[in-house]
Amino acid sequence: MIEWFTAATWSPYIVGAGIGVLIWTAFLLSDRPLGCSTAYAKTAGMVETAVSREKAETMPYYQKFTPTIDWQWMLIIGILIGAFISAYISGTFSLLIVPPVFAEGFGIDPLLRAGVALIGGILMGLGARWAGGCTSGHGISGTLQLSLASWIAAICFFIGGIVVAGLIYGFPFI
Amino acid sequence: MTFDTLRSDTKAQMVLGLLSGIVFGFLLQKGGVTEYGVIIGQLLLTDFTVVKVMLSAVLVGMIGVYTLKWMGLANLHYKVGSVGSTIIGGLIFGAGFGILGYCPGTAAGAVGSGAMDAAIGMIGIAIGAGIFARLYPRLNRSILNKGIFPAETIPELVGIRSEVLAVGIVAVLVAGILYLLHAVGL
Repeated sequence: MIEWFTAATWSPYIVGAGIGVLIWTAFLLSDRPLGCSTAYAKTAGMVETAVSREKAETMPYYQKFTPTIDWQWMLIIGILIGAFISAYISGTFSLLIVPPVFAEGFGIDPLLRAGVALIGGILMGLGARWAGGCTSGHGISGTLQLSLASWIAAICFFIGGIVVAGLIYGFPFI
Repeated sequence: MTFDTLRSDTKAQMVLGLLSGIVFGFLLQKGGVTEYGVIIGQLLLTDFTVVKVMLSAVLVGMIGVYTLKWMGLANLHYKVGSVGSTIIGGLIFGAGFGILGYCPGTAAGAVGSGAMDAAIGMIGIAIGAGIFARLYPRLNRSILNKGIFPAETIPELVGIRSEVLAVGIVAVLVAGILYLLHAVGL
């Protein structure tokens, strides 16, 4: 049992099934799907509120998604803690700035990787809110409810990702 | 409903959110999908871990969530999409996915595993979400409602009236794709 928790990786099918069961509990106990990108909009709203409360309160988007700490915001904090526990007990925790695959392609300059990650993140945050969800909100929680928008969103996430990753690293399947 | 009190208890919900996140983060890390290389491998179609995790979650999640719904214990939560919102937003997200190499959930998990580039990515995601919030009134008037999809759900689109039948068909299809991926060794 202990060996199981300290194993570096689990089968993707077991992990997926576990996430599926976690989503049952979110629907049952919290009446909500499992989604991650709303928390980022709330965080942006908290920054806007800190700069000017009056202005933030007049912004329609933050009337829809109030900049408050709630279930969704705590979810992100939890993910960070849960992943740390998993990495720590399996001995795979390692501090890095440049992931090995990126370093092989583009070198070990941390500023380059940081700049690329920032640009990618900005596009991702913009796109997630534009489409109304991310890989978990649309890609898992929405598709499992058979939502048409979520299936189309998930397909677009992968089309965009496959094209851009291919442009960056070269298309291995061509 | 018995769960109404719990669902409207703000403090309890914050604790539940934290606990759900801890389990989610633990699973994502154990699945390897908090690693940049695994996500890029999926987008380069050389490593199908991400798709295997997602489809297994969809299969198990779908059966449970619909069962809860049929028992009167859960409500579904989805919205109708549009070309202007879902497709354009989805493609922008996809571009970010390919450049960042994490997604909004796995980025947090990557930070927990020690990947500090993912912390920069998380700041970027919040900035991107903030840019969207600033643009929202203009986008909502111009593009987000363009080309509204003709149906909210796939069964509605293809004309399947029975939810049980729809869930059954999708379960068989998803299990079939998972079996094929496994069989061809991807």
